Amino acid sequence: MFERSKFTLLASIAAIFVVSRFSSHIGPYYYDIIISIGINIILAVSLNLVNGYTGQFSLGHAGFMSVGAYTVAALTTAGTYTVLPRLAFLGPVVSISVYFGVSLLLGGLAAGIAGLLVGIPSLRLKGDYLAIVTLGFGEIIKVIIENVDALGGSRGFSVLTVYTNLFWVYSIAALTIFVVLNLVNSTYGRGFLTVRDDEVAAEAMGINTTKYKVLAFSLAAAFAGVAGGLYVQFKQFITPEGFNFMTSVSIVTMVILGGMGSTAGVVLAAILLTILPEWLRYISELPSLPAWLVPLLQNQMIPYSILLIILMLTRPQGLFGVAAVKRKPA
Amino acid sequence: MIEFLQQLINGLSLGAIYALIALGYTMVYGVLRFINFAHGDVFMIGAFVGLFAGPMVMRGFGGQPTWTGAFLVLIIAMVACAILGIVIEKLAYRPLRNRPRLTVLITAIGVSLFLENFGQLPFVFGPDPQSFPDLIGDHAITIPAMFGPLTDLTIMVSQVLVFVVTIVLLVALRFIVTRTKLGMAMRALSVNPVATSLMGVNNDVVISFTFGLGSALAGAAGILISIQQPSIDPLMGLQPGIKAFVAAVLGGIGNIPGAALGGILLGVIETLVVGYSDVLHIPPGYRDAVAFFLLILILLFKPTGLLGRVEREKV
Repeated sequence: MFERSKFTLLASIAAIFVVSRFSSHIGPYYYDIIISIGINIILAVSLNLVNGYTGQFSLGHAGFMSVGAYTVAALTTAGTYTVLPRLAFLGPVVSISVYFGVSLLLGGLAAGIAGLLVGIPSLRLKGDYLAIVTLGFGEIIKVIIENVDALGGSRGFSVLTVYTNLFWVYSIAALTIFVVLNLVNSTYGRGFLTVRDDEVAAEAMGINTTKYKVLAFSLAAAFAGVAGGLYVQFKQFITPEGFNFMTSVSIVTMVILGGMGSTAGVVLAAILLTILPEWLRYISELPSLPAWLVPLLQNQMIPYSILLIILMLTRPQGLFGVAAVKRKPA
Repeated sequence: MIEFLQQLINGLSLGAIYALIALGYTMVYGVLRFINFAHGDVFMIGAFVGLFAGPMVMRGFGGQPTWTGAFLVLIIAMVACAILGIVIEKLAYRPLRNRPRLTVLITAIGVSLFLENFGQLPFVFGPDPQSFPDLIGDHAITIPAMFGPLTDLTIMVSQVLVFVVTIVLLVALRFIVTRTKLGMAMRALSVNPVATSLMGVNNDVVISFTFGLGSALAGAAGILISIQQPSIDPLMGLQPGIKAFVAAVLGGIGNIPGAALGGILLGVIETLVVGYSDVLHIPPGYRDAVAFFLLILILLFKPTGLLGRVEREKV
């Protein structure tokens, strides 16, 4: 099982490599959407580890994304003239790959540590506290970045380089899926599912529930940080306001639509919900449309919120989710 | 000393607003054990009801700000919000009564986002801040010279009004919760919903009543804050909503006096931290982060809150 999934990972990375050779043939608009889909897959699949498999509810994924984004932005900006020339002996492609790869890793690490710091106090408690604490954390990070002048404050931070490409995004997306799937299917990872299904019983069986929750949470935060790093090296410009509550909610919506605890469903939902706003915008620009409908279609949060309510009322397990969320409260 | 008193007064009037919103969170949490995320947006709707009702009522009183008119606007907003709260509960939360709390929480987030973004549509409220009518003719109170150095204090009429209205509402709430049949049913429901239904209490009615009561208080808070600040917008409920939740946790979620205490404390702490930012070496920009640091501290050291009781979990 483990060996086969490793082979699948390597094969898909090789396939992504081949496909990415042809990325210059894709128009810039579609390229932008394809990269956004990849980044959203990383975000949604990693959040699913917390919200789906472990049964907690985090609302601060955008906050961790911003930690990673700002770390990578600062590292890649600071090192362009100091670190990068020293790697020149590796050749242009390898040196940039190593440099960007290490920056992403550090961005992920920073976000993971932030996840640890937020997770430890809030995950000891049962109930919905995590939702509020992570929401609060997202706000704190935003306020801190807005007040740090070196990071551009609320004016935002721009980077000059575009290191992110199709290969980076999709191989990391494949890696995220690989890690999450292998983790929850391993003996150790069953602990996550027990925490979700019955925390009291899990504790009685000797599972350290807090440890599992904190692990899932920090790992998801780390992946969100990497996604943030990919994002900043693609868009070249970030503001603290860009990682607000709404961003977190759209990631949560992907997880819920796909089905909490179903990685395949979440990947599909990430694709659907990245295309949906673009499609709605396309429709809103059709000339025959009544004028009052235009703002309704251009505000993507309105369909998102209606989708959330209807899903919860009619199909709380999402499109592909397991029935675990149907469980009655203890 | 005068500066401290000034900060304290500002903090108390802000805290009173937080307390009113926090009560709604804590009452709903008490009966249903879930965080009503949309509560902050009910507060926003309250402010907008005032925006529309205010000028109409003022026209009825000859276009002048009057106390009666302001009182009328307050009542209109409270009633409108109570109805909104009951409708939200009926449409979005009641069908999920026996589902896991997470499902209800997500629905509540959906309702909250819907209210915020629907409000931003140009034909509803519009996304831009709008100026709120001056319902009471707000001005600083002239303090008689006999109070000596205290004359340097700036106390606005609206600050006194906020505090008085909050105290009146708290007393009324206390009366409803402790002295009336519905209030007793509410308290019983928060202890054991199965037992109350066996005792012939109609749980649905009590829950509707709780939502109505909490939302009415949020509506009052919406009017009270709009009198003090220059403009209102559809996203104004977000920050006070989250902070009021922090206040409810600070006081002990599910505990009614705790929510009032937590709200006042949070308002005072936040104002003092900002007011003394140069002494504390915390830039005033961190204002909105204060509540969350406080929340993390409570969760670390006293997760039950100041007045909360430890709930034993039965398996």
